[in-house]
Amino acid sequence: MNSAKERLLNGILKENPTFVLMLGMCPTLAVTVSAINGLGMGLTTTVVLALSNVFISLLRKIIPDKVRIPAFIVIIASFVTMVQLLLQAFIPFLYSALGVYIPLIVVNCIILGRAEAYAYQNPPVPSFFDGLGMGLGFTFALTIIGAVREILGAGELFGYYIMPKGYVPVNIMILAPGAFFVLAALTAIQNKVKIIGEKKGKDMSKIQSGCSHDCMNCEDAGCSHRFYDAQAGEKADTESVKEENREKGE
Amino acid sequence: MLDSVKELLVILVGSSLVNNVILSQFFGLCPFLGVSKKTSTAAGMGGAVIFVITLSTAVTGVIYKYILKPLDITYLQTIVFILVIAALVQFVEMFLKKFMPSLYQALGVYLPLITTNCAVLGVAITNVQKEYGIGTGIINGFATALGFTIAIVILAGIREKMEYNDVPESFKGMPIVLLTAGLMAIAFCGFSGLL
Repeated sequence: MNSAKERLLNGILKENPTFVLMLGMCPTLAVTVSAINGLGMGLTTTVVLALSNVFISLLRKIIPDKVRIPAFIVIIASFVTMVQLLLQAFIPFLYSALGVYIPLIVVNCIILGRAEAYAYQNPPVPSFFDGLGMGLGFTFALTIIGAVREILGAGELFGYYIMPKGYVPVNIMILAPGAFFVLAALTAIQNKVKIIGEKKGKDMSKIQSGCSHDCMNCEDAGCSHRFYDAQAGEKADTESVKEENREKGE
Repeated sequence: MLDSVKELLVILVGSSLVNNVILSQFFGLCPFLGVSKKTSTAAGMGGAVIFVITLSTAVTGVIYKYILKPLDITYLQTIVFILVIAALVQFVEMFLKKFMPSLYQALGVYLPLITTNCAVLGVAITNVQKEYGIGTGIINGFATALGFTIAIVILAGIREKMEYNDVPESFKGMPIVLLTAGLMAIAFCGFSGLL
């Protein structure tokens, strides 16, 4: 369950954050105007994800349960700031291309989601590979989406013109509406896979279980988490009261 | 005087319609897709976002100008902003629950969803990057949130109508909503002629 290979494959294929879970949609849509931007954003997120997973996992016995979300946010934000400064210093073209979306990595559901769902409960080494796998899965997805949009919208791939001479680029694909259309096509494919899978009787509940599916009911993806989790105790209390009542009723 | 009013008007129109926060910048996509099934809930979410973003741009603007800048620690802005915003949302929730129960009933359920909404942090950082003053920053925050509300209410209206349409099976749910959002984004491109 916790082997490095299993964790990597889990992130890249089985629970791919973009293609399967549909997590972290803001950066996915915003930066995928070209394959190189998608790759850059993906790798940046991967670094933050792997490092913050290791750090949170090392501190998992020290961080009190009640303030874990603020603690996660501080750790994640610190790594994001470090990566941002490094990019600014060493890869300035990527820094200006990604712009405001670099600091926004802090609020990417994937990172808080992995901290909560995996790193907070598991030792550092598997947590590192979990973060690496998830990050690479994200990178893989962003690069592919970026490539599709770049080929259709500009006729190029990684900046090289690859389409036949008579091809007229569909400009809208690299503008904002194109992002929505590509994602619509992607989710339609997911739905199709899901329908086929369910007909064969396979468990397809993972597909689109991320928070863009239904924000109001997303429990474990991180986006609806309260900052200071005082309610968690309350909720557990009311649930246990409910259970007691049910038992009495029976 | 007239010049500054004109400038504020340009920011108001620019941030709410031309550079719509969702349809051209993709901030706050989760609630946009997740809480847009009914117009009433969408309007509630929009109200909560306007409230939180206006308040948080004011607070982060003050913190940036009077704490981070004088101490020369502006590189800490991401950490400070996200913590301040998250704490602020929680605080607002407690405050409303205690002192304004009617407002809490209307907005309360949406508040925790906004804690890690990219729009809130995104506006705060954009304000800093564009070097807006505190007042201009607040106007920009309000306009951005207004743009969010306009977009989410329109989408919810369309989704309500679409409920009874015959949509191909694999396009049911998310895909058709995203296609609608894409068409809305094209429509909003038309606003770029305004400025």
